[in-house]
Amino acid sequence: MILVGTATWAAAPVDTYSFRDAQEESRYRALIDEFRCPKCLNTNLSGSDAPIAMDLRRKVYRLLTDDHLSDDEIRTYLQERYGDFVLYDPPFKPATWALWLAPVGFVFISGFVLLRVLRQSPAEPLSESETERLRIILDDN
Amino acid sequence: MKRTGLFIPLGVFLLIIIIGYAGFSLTDPHQLPSALLGKAFPEFTVPLLGDSGTHVDRSALLGKPVLVNVWATWCPTCKAEHDELMRINALSELRIVGVNYKDDERLALKWLADYGDPYDFTMQDLDGSLGVELGVYGAPESFLLNAEGTVIYKRVGEINRRIWEQEIAPRLAALVASEPVQPGG
Repeated sequence: MILVGTATWAAAPVDTYSFRDAQEESRYRALIDEFRCPKCLNTNLSGSDAPIAMDLRRKVYRLLTDDHLSDDEIRTYLQERYGDFVLYDPPFKPATWALWLAPVGFVFISGFVLLRVLRQSPAEPLSESETERLRIILDDN
Repeated sequence: MKRTGLFIPLGVFLLIIIIGYAGFSLTDPHQLPSALLGKAFPEFTVPLLGDSGTHVDRSALLGKPVLVNVWATWCPTCKAEHDELMRINALSELRIVGVNYKDDERLALKWLADYGDPYDFTMQDLDGSLGVELGVYGAPESFLLNAEGTVIYKRVGEINRRIWEQEIAPRLAALVASEPVQPGG
């Protein structure tokens, strides 16, 4: 997240697009912030200077202003062409089960370990002679 | 029993090594899986390179297997790939169709005149919009289609002799074997 944020303000190329109203513009900004540039691995569309990112920004702009697609339709459009990769938020499907379920698994494992540790029987009380020895040792100091 | 517990950190360590190895070395993060694999090549209409009055569409790719190769003169890897495409065109029956991607028409025509033209025909994609339909994110990229226009295989990066022999030729052979024999073909 830090990397993405940094890239956004560091590069932030400027396209001169005009919008019908402020709401349309903010939708556009949100969408290009959301999609990942296919060429640059860890930058979103809005933060990249790569030609492909420029093309995709233009495509998003046209889908939004000329074709009047909804945000979800634009997401589907890009996903159908560039795969899950362009969505930073990977969908839940067999290939990503491990990715999504691993945190749940870790919670279960740590819960199990914690239970084991807590349930361990407390240390046995000292015998009389041990108590005597401890007292002597402590008194010496 | 206590002793075996000592090996748990070692096990965790080994697990991290294995996952890290798999994650960082077995898959190349620059090779995105194509969303088009197993799907129909998208509809399009584009002009031909050097003949912008003539337009071609998806139907021009149907009938027999075809390799659609996205290239540009500004792409150094495309130059490296060009000789292999010439070689494939000479030795095999595979039809190769070019997509000249975001390029200068004059330079592209000169390139084909200078280095040879392995393409059945070349489509012109001046602004990269066909590229977006195909999910292209860098040239060269190549798509192997069957006779019905379904994408069988996608290659991002250059086609070299190894890719031809190990990836493309076997798939092409399987396609040809499964297609009905066409008269004169």
